[in-house]
Amino acid sequence: MADPMKIRAAMKGDVCEIRVLMSHAMETGMRKDSDGKTIPAHFIQTLTVALNGKAVVSGQAAPSVSRNPVFGFKVKGAKSGDKVTVSWVDNKGDKRSDEATVA
Amino acid sequence: MDHSPQKRMLVGALSTLGALGALTFSASALAQEIDHAKAAIEFEKFRAEMEDSNPSELFELKGEELWKAKRGPKNVSLAESCDLGQGIGKIEGAYVQMPRYFADADAVMDAERRIVWCMVEKQGFKFDDIAKKPFATDTFTPDATNLVTYVAAHSKNMKIAVPLKDPKVKEAWEIGKEMAAYRAGPYDFSCNTCHGTDGKRIRMQDLPNLATAAGAIKGVQGWPGYRMTGGIQLTHQWRMTDCFRQQRFPAPKYTSDAIAYLLTYMIGNANGQVYKGPGIKR
Repeated sequence: MADPMKIRAAMKGDVCEIRVLMSHAMETGMRKDSDGKTIPAHFIQTLTVALNGKAVVSGQAAPSVSRNPVFGFKVKGAKSGDKVTVSWVDNKGDKRSDEATVA
Repeated sequence: MDHSPQKRMLVGALSTLGALGALTFSASALAQEIDHAKAAIEFEKFRAEMEDSNPSELFELKGEELWKAKRGPKNVSLAESCDLGQGIGKIEGAYVQMPRYFADADAVMDAERRIVWCMVEKQGFKFDDIAKKPFATDTFTPDATNLVTYVAAHSKNMKIAVPLKDPKVKEAWEIGKEMAAYRAGPYDFSCNTCHGTDGKRIRMQDLPNLATAAGAIKGVQGWPGYRMTGGIQLTHQWRMTDCFRQQRFPAPKYTSDAIAYLLTYMIGNANGQVYKGPGIKR
């Protein structure tokens, strides 16, 4: 089971700023361990952000994204109290979904 | 550069325009000073921005889980058994008031040493198992590191207040001060060689003078911290151990007296300064 994300969502004017910290190894598949063996690729492939259950961001990530990545989004049409759901799926099929409330 | 035509002309002009020449030279030296200061300020800005979404928080979350969970052979949680100096389970402000003397352990302990002590004495973990892999690698973060991050986060924006009035802590501070001045190793230098005077630097890194409050806080701020290079979470214990390595000293024992004393000296010197919580490093 993957570790939880940390989600911050706050209204700035009429735009909702969402910041997500994800806990993930994000292995590129290019690195080798101390024995010289290739470390298999392990990275987040798709991520989605939903506002009150309606998808507002849908994206793909690649192995070039850093370990424990931070993503930021700006969403219009949100209001304080809305529910933000962020989910990701990685290339091994592992997934995680966390929620936060817009402040 | 010194032999550039412009400079030679300038030197030639010095006899007639002595005052102007001198002004030009001092101005270029000043420009270098400003460039260096500017780079440091720019880096601080970058760090401030990163701190807004600091991955340290991920480790804080794991630390919270570990603090509250019943674990170890004795199946107790640290929250119901571990006293960090503020009472059992109390963590508000605990980090900025350590190192301190703990009568139950009869030792001066920094935060990580105390947490490990609690894991061993209260939860029944084996110290040797913990000390086998005390610091984070790119695939592994020790429980103690997560716990320290969690505890440190609850001292955010509080003033450092190491209880130096306690004679045991004061003694530790004195020993730490001696250690900081102890020259040894193949390069024959001490902590103070780099960290004992103002205005020193290695390459672009300013070296804080740990004998002053303003300098010592720079050695406290940002730990425990997330290293962007490698993406790993590291603690003050690690930082001190790495100082020993950089000095080509033998590696100190994990959570040993030596490290507790050095930390007492450094953190004690930072008393009164504000701690900003777990940080982010290059």
